[in-house]
Amino acid sequence: MLPRVSATVAIPKPDLQQVFDNLRGSRLRLIGPTVVDGAIALGEIERTEQLPIGWSDEQQPGRYRAKHGAEKTYFAFNVGPHSWRRFLHPPRLTLFSAKANGKMTIEHDGEEPPRYAFIGVRACDLQAIAVQDRVLMNGSYRDPQYVARRSNAFILAVNCTKASSTCFCTSMQSGPRVTGAFDLAATELPDVFVLDVGSEAGSQVLEGTSWAPANAFDVGRATEAVQKAERQITREVRTDHLGSLLFEHLESPLWKEVSGRCLGCGNCTMVCPTCFCTTVVDTIDLSGRSERIRVWDSCYTTDFSHVHGGNIRPSLRARYRQWVTHKFAAWREQFGVSGCVGCGRCITWCPVGIDITEVLKAFRSTGVK
Amino acid sequence: MNQARPKVAVYKFSSCDGCQLAILCLEDELLTLAEKVDIANFLEARSRVVDGPYDITFVEGSITTEEERERIQRIRENSKYLVAIGACAVSGGIQALRNWIHVDAFVQAIYATPEHIHTLATSTPIADHVHVDLELSGCPVNKRQLLTVIASLLRGRIPDVPPYAVCIDCKLNGTPCVMVAQDVVCLGPLTRTGCDALCPSFGRGCYGCFGPSDMSKPETLAEHLKGRRTATPEIIRRLRGINGWSPKFRAATEKLEKTTP
Repeated sequence: MLPRVSATVAIPKPDLQQVFDNLRGSRLRLIGPTVVDGAIALGEIERTEQLPIGWSDEQQPGRYRAKHGAEKTYFAFNVGPHSWRRFLHPPRLTLFSAKANGKMTIEHDGEEPPRYAFIGVRACDLQAIAVQDRVLMNGSYRDPQYVARRSNAFILAVNCTKASSTCFCTSMQSGPRVTGAFDLAATELPDVFVLDVGSEAGSQVLEGTSWAPANAFDVGRATEAVQKAERQITREVRTDHLGSLLFEHLESPLWKEVSGRCLGCGNCTMVCPTCFCTTVVDTIDLSGRSERIRVWDSCYTTDFSHVHGGNIRPSLRARYRQWVTHKFAAWREQFGVSGCVGCGRCITWCPVGIDITEVLKAFRSTGVK
Repeated sequence: MNQARPKVAVYKFSSCDGCQLAILCLEDELLTLAEKVDIANFLEARSRVVDGPYDITFVEGSITTEEERERIQRIRENSKYLVAIGACAVSGGIQALRNWIHVDAFVQAIYATPEHIHTLATSTPIADHVHVDLELSGCPVNKRQLLTVIASLLRGRIPDVPPYAVCIDCKLNGTPCVMVAQDVVCLGPLTRTGCDALCPSFGRGCYGCFGPSDMSKPETLAEHLKGRRTATPEIIRRLRGINGWSPKFRAATEKLEKTTP
């Protein structure tokens, strides 16, 4: 027998391997957190031992440290350098390849979209996926690769039981408790995972585990664990009238001040889980074989804003302002939601540690609102 | 470039030959390359020399002697499309360190018979002397980028040589930032990509061998590094390592020097 959808159950932690096996049995490729080059990144995994068991992280503006401890925790860390858009909207995607031999022959018509199971999607990142759904799946222009990858993806979400200093999901109403669409949502306790069953598929992958309905004690402990994370969040963004505040201060000297400290490297856009901009690159080799590749682009590169006749955002001030006003102001007009989910990646992974929450605070204190 | 077999020349100036070797390192493509183009003048690869004019000329090395200063003029007159390859040709290279010091002091200190040395006081990039159609930076140049340039020119396309920083490629590759995660000093945010972010993928910091990106802000990174207790002379040393004479690195290091006690 399997739990019904919307039930809350508990499984012993080692049973997570059975869930992995069931997912792999349905021919899904598991993507989850794993330690890569000193950081808890996302990669293909098969076994629970590949998860960052015992690992945690410390994050500050411009600083990230992964740390190993004695406790056998599976998910005692926050979001790392990668986000799920790596897999739903990949950094490089071959659209087609062709051969020039007098005429153009298409050799290969796009990539077969892989079927994924995402292990350990945090609340902020689940929200980010919902944001990208609006842009790439539910709007007027549907990206077929995104739609296929997204529709087939199984999501095992994880509630955060700790927060990093760079987290501000509470301000953006995206966490730390998982809401929205998931197949399973886990809260890690020392002895069990408490699981909210979010879909039929989520129920089915519990086949073969020794799941049991969660008792009131487990549910209470799970709630308390997430509340603990919430209490650890110190960074804050006031979102009321934020869009109009920024639009009213397009000529503020603050843009110049912040962009003076900015390196223009584009890392904030690259680690952002909602950024979706791409460019198209055509390659050619000596034999005349050509590939058209879609590559992540950034509004910080000069090519991005180079249009016929010149560059529409020639200064770093203009490019920095573009990114911030798009995320926090224009995005809402364009897609009906905030472009920021408060994951804090742009703060942690900025090489010079520019803190978006501090920048927005500065605007707030100069503005009347 | 629509004729049957365009003529290609490769010349060396003051340099280590590493960029010419990068061409020879195109092992899998070398035979195809020799079919598509006439390698007409490439002394490192073959002794046969076919006279110019040449359709594509690759120039390695910087200008450090009077003889080189004259020779590059003749090469330019004999070339349709001139590509400067490598840090030396693009920015003056490591040997441009002499530009901040009296070269005579080196000559006296190093050579047993200094009277035989005839050299200019400076090492300068090719573009300081003749019109350059395209610059490919790197120490050495990236062989994939070389191939892209040749393949594109053969089809009459403008080669795609991205001007942005190494950081973008680190992110595309999924390499966690070595500066943020491992406290490694990395010049990636200042440096033009083209290497596919090679060094950070091995856990070491970028040392700027491709020279500044189009938006490079060395002074901003220097300020940040000072705050992380990297001494100013060390920052200057890193910025001057390979492409110190490129205008952006040069201006930043000269300013840093003035502010260092």
